[in-house]
Amino acid sequence: MLLGPDGRPTTAGTGTLPPREDLLRGYASMVAARRYNEQASALVRQGRLAVYPSSFGQEACQVAAAQVLADGDWLFPTYRDTAAVVARGVDPVEALVLLKGDWHSGYDPYERYVAPLATPLATQLPHAVGVAHAARLRGESTVVLALCGDGATSEGDFHEALNFAAVFRAPVVFLVQNNRYAISVPLSRQTAAPSLAHKGVGYGVPGEQVDGNDLAALLTVLGDAAARARAGEGPQLVEAHTYRMQAHTNADDATRYRSDEEVAAWVGRDPLVRLETYLRAEGVLDDERAAALAAEAEEVARHTREGINRDVEPDPEDLFRHVYSRLTPQLEEQLALVRDELARDEAGRDAHETATTRQEALR
Amino acid sequence: MTSTVTRPAAPAATPATETLSLARAINRALRDAMAEDPSVLVLGEDVGALGGVFRVTDGLTAEFGEDRCVDTPLAEAGIMGFAVGLATNGMRPVVEMQFDAFAYPAFEQVVSHVAKMRNRTRGRVGLPVVVRVPYAGGIGGVEHHSDSSESYYAHTPGLHVVAPSNPADAYALLREAIASPDPVIFLEPKKLYWSTGEVAPGAVDGPGIGTAVVRRAGTDATLVAYGPSVPVALEAAEVAARDGRSLQVVDLRSLVPYDDATVCAAVESTGRAVVVAEASGFAGFAAEVAARVGERCFHSLAAPVRRVTGLDVPYPPPKLEHLHLPSVDRVLDAVDDLQWEDA
Repeated sequence: MLLGPDGRPTTAGTGTLPPREDLLRGYASMVAARRYNEQASALVRQGRLAVYPSSFGQEACQVAAAQVLADGDWLFPTYRDTAAVVARGVDPVEALVLLKGDWHSGYDPYERYVAPLATPLATQLPHAVGVAHAARLRGESTVVLALCGDGATSEGDFHEALNFAAVFRAPVVFLVQNNRYAISVPLSRQTAAPSLAHKGVGYGVPGEQVDGNDLAALLTVLGDAAARARAGEGPQLVEAHTYRMQAHTNADDATRYRSDEEVAAWVGRDPLVRLETYLRAEGVLDDERAAALAAEAEEVARHTREGINRDVEPDPEDLFRHVYSRLTPQLEEQLALVRDELARDEAGRDAHETATTRQEALR
Repeated sequence: MTSTVTRPAAPAATPATETLSLARAINRALRDAMAEDPSVLVLGEDVGALGGVFRVTDGLTAEFGEDRCVDTPLAEAGIMGFAVGLATNGMRPVVEMQFDAFAYPAFEQVVSHVAKMRNRTRGRVGLPVVVRVPYAGGIGGVEHHSDSSESYYAHTPGLHVVAPSNPADAYALLREAIASPDPVIFLEPKKLYWSTGEVAPGAVDGPGIGTAVVRRAGTDATLVAYGPSVPVALEAAEVAARDGRSLQVVDLRSLVPYDDATVCAAVESTGRAVVVAEASGFAGFAAEVAARVGERCFHSLAAPVRRVTGLDVPYPPPKLEHLHLPSVDRVLDAVDDLQWEDA
């Protein structure tokens, strides 16, 4: 921890904080991420998104994961990491296509080097290792940052990914956002290990714990890990201690498994308040600047709202278009079947409309 | 990620043929593909110094180095996930799963990622991954070494599934699979690894993935088979010929895409059909073949389509596997049941 919950530098933080401009830039992204989380949750309540797993309260992790990467580095997000995806430069509307239901993934992964949002747990982690290894084989200096949660550390793919990364010295930074819950199951049911960072030990992967609500600490720890990976020193595991302030999704009821008191205790550790206090004390943030950042965040929310409220008529032929690089004879037949059904629906509607018009004319 | 070229360019001169075992034909295909394209990587358990438990990757690490033919940690899900990442970032990984039943830990990666990535990203991320699986039985293998797992893969949209029955096809189909922009499950009948045949290395202009071929002409009934069941069907046809019955044999070669046209034309020409496959019959790929023939060729059929498949039992221990596997006699018995007018 470099900045305490009260926004003052800790003993460790004094003199070792990241540059103020990095912190201010991160703060601006966090304000936008918080507003984005609120906007997306509102869109669920309005029926415009099917579901939104919010990272409310985890904005420091979301922003730091994006901010420590260079152009050309890869980010591997989970379904709870849309704010990180947006912080990486992906269009906020495109980042929500999966949750809107128009298609499984919105953005082009090669445009900002952001993998599709991973819904199964930990399966994206070996992909991250493969991407990193391929880059290394070609002599590129790419770093890959892979995100997962505390629950995912129980999955086999988490362990296999750490092992592969270590054996091949792949330039991967694994960031575990330990938000204390996997839907309803608390950390104590995921592991008996002293910490999740300890899980690196068995694979020869250095593990480090960091306050996940402290942007300054995250930028430092993740930045160092990325630099070491880039220098060919292999992977690193970072466990960020944070808290899922809201339910797993809108379909969840968090009151069934945790107390209001527990949640209230974490309100006092809000990552935005802490950084704002520090930046104001340092004189790099004032009311005018804060208002400007809020306005920028509002602009992101407006863009998101308008984009999600715009209905996109899905093209039924997209069902077939990308199953393979070209249609198999069987898919050709099924495409013809669907086309025929749609044409008959259309003809039926036209006939119905014609009949209705005629009846009205007769009346 | 455009994906137009699916087959390697044919060489200018007509290549000479060589007599190779099926295992050596696959080895040759890997070697030729690696020499031609530096993005082709071979990875799996024991594929390096040992050359694989069936020696299929023999000599590849020596020739291309351990960055190109890669011994991995012993973790199939990890290998498959690693391959997804390699393919996402410009490589063409050829994964060896050591045995059919050892591929199951990788199943989630295959079904949820290898098969779906192109579709979920609307064509932006295609995965040119080949998964080689030594499969099926007949080698006296102990438990978990003889599964016929083709139906699991064939049931998954997004995968191509190929099963060669001879060295020439093994070479040509694997070259095409490696060059394909789509993921291919490449099923190698392990009991045929040591069978030999003429192979034309470099020749890739024969019938491609998605094409079935008539292996033996015949007029009375059609046997439809693939992979390890093709030699059984051919032998049955040979025996039947001695008894004056002319059996046609179709080798599917490719389960997905499936060649309805060739199979239907063959069945229609004889009016009778038996599907032969080693896998357990219930809800298996042979049922799909029989159903498709029934739907499409009904008016040409003189008898219901019969299946000769493995029993619906877990793969038996070596001393009982002969009762499980489709035998020439069982195939001929099924042919005899096809409602012959003179019977």
